[in-house]
Amino acid sequence: MKSVRLLHGPAYPLGRKNIDTDVIIGAEHLKTITRAGLGRHAFETIRREPGNVFDDPRFQGAPILIAGDNFGCGSSREHAAWALDDLGIRAVIAPSFSDIFSGNAFKNGIVAVVLDQPAVDRLLEVAAELPLTVDLETMTVTTPLQDRFHFHLDPFRRECLMGGLDEIGLTTASEPAIRAYEARTGI
Amino acid sequence: MTARTLYEKIWDAHVIEQREDGTCLIYIDRHLVHEVTSPQAFEGLRLATRKVRRPDLTLAVADHNVPTTARVDSRGARLAIGDPRSAEQLAALEANVAEFKVPYIEATAAEQGIVHVVGPEQGFTLPGTTVVCGDSHTAAHGALGALAFGIGTSEVEHVLATQTLLLRPSKTMEVRVEGRLGFAVSAKDVILSIIGRLGAAGGTGFVIEYRGSTFRDMSIEARLTVANMSIEAGARSGLFAPDEKTFAYLKDRPMSPKGDAWLESVERWRTLHTDDGASFDSSLRLDASEIAPSVTWGTSPEDVLPITGTVPDPESFVDSSKQAAARKALDYMGLTPGTSLQDVTVEHIFIGSCTNSRIEDLRQAADVVRGRKINSAIKQALVVPGSGLVKRQAEAEGLDRIFTEAGFEWREPGCSMCLAMNPDKVPPQERCASTSNRNFVGRQGPGARTHLLSPAMAAAAAVTGRLTDVRELVK
Ligand code: SF4
Repeated sequence: MKSVRLLHGPAYPLGRKNIDTDVIIGAEHLKTITRAGLGRHAFETIRREPGNVFDDPRFQGAPILIAGDNFGCGSSREHAAWALDDLGIRAVIAPSFSDIFSGNAFKNGIVAVVLDQPAVDRLLEVAAELPLTVDLETMTVTTPLQDRFHFHLDPFRRECLMGGLDEIGLTTASEPAIRAYEARTGI
Repeated sequence: MTARTLYEKIWDAHVIEQREDGTCLIYIDRHLVHEVTSPQAFEGLRLATRKVRRPDLTLAVADHNVPTTARVDSRGARLAIGDPRSAEQLAALEANVAEFKVPYIEATAAEQGIVHVVGPEQGFTLPGTTVVCGDSHTAAHGALGALAFGIGTSEVEHVLATQTLLLRPSKTMEVRVEGRLGFAVSAKDVILSIIGRLGAAGGTGFVIEYRGSTFRDMSIEARLTVANMSIEAGARSGLFAPDEKTFAYLKDRPMSPKGDAWLESVERWRTLHTDDGASFDSSLRLDASEIAPSVTWGTSPEDVLPITGTVPDPESFVDSSKQAAARKALDYMGLTPGTSLQDVTVEHIFIGSCTNSRIEDLRQAADVVRGRKINSAIKQALVVPGSGLVKRQAEAEGLDRIFTEAGFEWREPGCSMCLAMNPDKVPPQERCASTSNRNFVGRQGPGARTHLLSPAMAAAAAVTGRLTDVRELVK
């Protein structure tokens, strides 16, 4: 996993709710056996709309995306996280995320930042003009206009994100406990 | 001992270790693997020189990509898949299962089918087990009393390597429905109504347990339909307490326990229910009599109404973000507020998917179609059985002839038109009455317009060429 501590830069002010993983990356693009190269197919249906944020030169290469409620709902495809990663997005800010997506994002070193709707609305407004900062150390999102919003990250995830830890590697340390469980339950 | 919910019982029985912050290492009893979400996981294992820890607890089958047209030629030789990228993904799965010694159901085998139809059908899914798959509709297996949920590819790799997952416990929600369902009201209408009430994110962070007489009266097939769509309300899992119907369904399945092991298992499974006095973090109650045959009008499964309704006016929603979403949805769907849902014409019919492709679903659709013809305005009407075994059973009952005589195409099992990944797609701006589970933008093809409904309602739409109240067709 890539490590992530401090992000600073423009943010795509998408703002919409229920952005599902079919919208993030359409099924046609799941016929791949690698993780790379999905960025150019990301948000295809949105990119057909004139004036969409993804083709706006102000936000090119933005490391942050701001969305509405229930971001990443729908299919479990990790291709959605890989597509964001390929676009260079390292944090998504939204009032809520689907459980599977936030797990997938985390596994790819992408931070799912949960803030309440008023905070998200304010960030959408600021991001239209100015860059944002997401800091995992202080767990804050700040703007050049002195806004400061705290978010919560569970300690284990924060540690993994900041240290870029490999989860399978960590679990391997529990091998004796896993073996004992298998012996005890007869599996 | 304190009273526990069914979810808590299964969870507790699978905790290997608990970390200080509450994260638990959970043992995974059953892992289903398909061609789309596994190649990068196997590649990860290969790069780290890891093995599959328990191939015996793993089962692979291809379903998403495989075309639903004939798989073998007249001499029984396997036909190549036309799309080179789909063919490559299938070849990758076959190479991976061979290399890592994972049990695999061949694409041409009678047992092949949609992963969530195959698991229960083979007796791979059992009450009280933890079941995962790189697919969000894994929730379906909860119909048998398994704690089942969809995972991403990194988690697929984690389970392949360690047979465990690192998870935090979910909150619990009781969805209670009491009473008898009205005439022609099906399990699909029940779950669509629940999603309409909860909203697409209402179950996020929760495991739902379906309780009450309506669910107790349901067959296992119907419960599979309900549990399957738990994820459309945001819940990763949906659970039903196993009962005599569950045991009868599982008895003598190829992979279910046999002999004494069967008796011991049933004994243990009988303890799998929520204790009296256990409490849920949240609850929703519905009366079966409030549920009507339903259909979606928008681009989220929460956009659902009784078939007797009209296309809503976006301004009628209180919340401004919902208003904006509804305007976009209606624009995409090409619908005008105030139109009666029954005046909406459709060009495509899809009866299939892991939600509604089991024998009972096909029987319900066939009952409506029997002796009728599909409307001349319908361009394509597909019936896609969920597995080869469902297909054989349906053929033995003569259902295939009822469908084909009416003008339906009778296909080989797979995900088909549920998602636009194989050759079965809905063309841009065309409208489909579909028994699948997602009406998302582009889900059935770029620009495709999806209306979710039950098998009987899809059959009725095929006959009339528009969304139809099945109760008026089969009085
Ligand atoms: S039928 Fe549809 S929802 Fe079910 S597993 Fe296949 S693609 Fe997913």
